[in-house]
Amino acid sequence: MHIVVCIKQVPDSAQIRVHPVTNTIMRQGVPAIINPYDLFALEEALRLKDKYGGTVTVITMGPPQAEAALRKALSFGADDAILITDRAFAGADTLATSFALASAIRQIQKNMPVDMVFTGKQTIDGDTAQVGPGVAKRLDMQLLTYVSKIVSVKAEASEIVVERRAEGGVQLLKTSLPCLVTVLEGNNQMRFASMPNMFRAARHPLKVWDKDAAGIEDITKIGLKGSPTVVSKVFAPTPKSERAEMIEVESGDPRDVAITVLSKMFTRFPVVEKEIAKRA
Amino acid sequence: MSEVPAKKKRKFELDPKLAGYKGVWVFVEHEQGQVHPVSWELMGEGRKLADMLGVELAGVVLGAPGEQSRQFCNEAMFHGADLCYLMADDILKDYRNEPFTKGMTDLVNAYQPEILLLGATTQGRDLAGSVATTLQTGLTADCTALTIDPDNRSMAATRPTFGGSLLCTIVTLNYRPQMATVRSRVMAMTERDASRSGRVIEHPLGMIESSIITKVLEYIPDAMQDKPQLAFADIIVSGGRGMKKPENFQLIWDLAKVLGAEVGASRPVVQAGWVDLERQVGQSGKTVRPKLYIAAGISGAIQHRVGMDASDCIIAINNDPNAPIFDYATYGIVGNAMTILPALTEAFRQKLAAVKKAG
Ligand SMILES: Cc1cc2nc3c(=O)[nH]c(=O)nc-3n(C[C@H](O)[C@H](O)[C@H](O)COP(=O)(O)OP(=O)(O)OC[C@H]3O[C@@H](n4cnc5c(N)ncnc54)[C@H](O)[C@@H]3O)c2cc1C
Repeated sequence: MHIVVCIKQVPDSAQIRVHPVTNTIMRQGVPAIINPYDLFALEEALRLKDKYGGTVTVITMGPPQAEAALRKALSFGADDAILITDRAFAGADTLATSFALASAIRQIQKNMPVDMVFTGKQTIDGDTAQVGPGVAKRLDMQLLTYVSKIVSVKAEASEIVVERRAEGGVQLLKTSLPCLVTVLEGNNQMRFASMPNMFRAARHPLKVWDKDAAGIEDITKIGLKGSPTVVSKVFAPTPKSERAEMIEVESGDPRDVAITVLSKMFTRFPVVEKEIAKRA
Repeated sequence: MSEVPAKKKRKFELDPKLAGYKGVWVFVEHEQGQVHPVSWELMGEGRKLADMLGVELAGVVLGAPGEQSRQFCNEAMFHGADLCYLMADDILKDYRNEPFTKGMTDLVNAYQPEILLLGATTQGRDLAGSVATTLQTGLTADCTALTIDPDNRSMAATRPTFGGSLLCTIVTLNYRPQMATVRSRVMAMTERDASRSGRVIEHPLGMIESSIITKVLEYIPDAMQDKPQLAFADIIVSGGRGMKKPENFQLIWDLAKVLGAEVGASRPVVQAGWVDLERQVGQSGKTVRPKLYIAAGISGAIQHRVGMDASDCIIAINNDPNAPIFDYATYGIVGNAMTILPALTEAFRQKLAAVKKAG
């Protein structure tokens, strides 16, 4: 079984700060990490490999520094890694990104058929959840999004059964390989890197593909040119015009504070008073 | 609102081939016989966009043949649509990516809307990504505001970026339709008006079941009884890391109980395992719009704010007078949540007793 896992290197958004004056993102010193949602996809792929045998290939599209994310993935146990990097990819939106990734996966398929493509549910920087569905469509693979559990895989029969999260429940779906799975978070935990894998990851000859190596001829489909959406402006959220009305009482007694805030609120927000009265 | 010198506004003429794309569509999402409320929230937003453009607003229903799908079309009109496209086929009984993608792309190609809106749900996001890729058009995810740029009639879609620290406005230039998804509860629900009506246009799916690879073996509904319904709660009491210990969090539950409220939480509280993920409010949790939101020991980071600042009234309790939550709360109480919460609980209890006595 051959599983390709698409990962993305993202800035650790917990550490991103916005410059208070210029409203620009301060990236300096913000560490780059593997998109946390992708780790669930990678771990799920490694578990299938443990169970059924096979190969796990990780790929990422990104700047040359994204190599670090691939080496990390190798240290967890991925067998091979490909960095898809080219200046021509800059400015890609989800449509252009899915085009580039799908082209690269097609190249991979020329050497070894791909049974499944795994992605995370979404990234923490773009948050769109669209690249997975886009790649599936372009590769004409069956799409299984928000998969909470892989129930069974029968490679000989090219058949997979999964649980897919829906809004009010879970769909039990059966489909054929090859397919693309976006893995839901929280149902597994990334293993620790083993010593041998860490050594292997450090020495592993990474494949670096530019657009030609990724099989891309039509450059109108990638980067800024291949992106229908354009960012017209970036801005900081408007501070609400009024700050909170601070409740202060002379006594400093919490009971007086509570009574004061209630009476102010009921005067200004009769809907709240009505809502609370309903519960009497 | 300070603007970063991003890209210069492009002068642009719409490709004449695309000028025929007219009208605003809203995908009416349903599961197990229920329309997802986000569809009606979007209908209200779609109505505004359609009126700005001077075009019609349409609902799109894909479902099984029969009364129910018809009823969904009627409901679409009640919520503001002028007309509804209906694709009724047994294949469309349950949501599956392949037939829904074909159905939606066929409809778009046949009737050419300029804007297509979907809920940012597991179904809407699954469908939107596939449809946009098939149609090779632009899709903006998880928008928080939609409007029309009067200069060029294109839709300007605003969404959070970089983990919510900034907002960006995205346009789709020479591609149609312009697609966007919006999360549940981000837009206000429209009033339902059962006197409204409109025409229904039926269109065939043109697929046979045996050609569809993915099969739904079963649908396992979530156990509803213990699932918190945060998104639609009218009163929410939330606690944050400032509650310090899981035992203190009981004070949040106590107040919620008196108020008949749902309990919410900030992310660190969920990550510490004090409450379920279902209760997380914010960018990576639920978007809520209650009448009253009480936040105790929550600093008010932007990722929390985006999930709750549409609440009618926000009471914030924090011992730090400079906590960011005071920048947008309605009432601020500087103090120790451990003493303020019990006092509030008692005050509300007395209020309720007084209401009861008055009958
Ligand atoms: C990609 C991303 C997504 C995120 N998504 C979410 C999300 O969905 N929801 C969310 O909530 N967060 C989210 N976060 C995290 C968010 O950035 C904040 O870290 C988080 O909201 C802070 O939670 P908090 O206010 O409970 O904790 P803190 O920021 O630690 O604040 C605790 C507050 O309690 C106050 N306090 C301390 N003691 C007391 C006391 N005795 N009485 C009263 N007040 C007291 C302190 O003054 C402080 O203001 C996300 C972050 C990222 C990067």
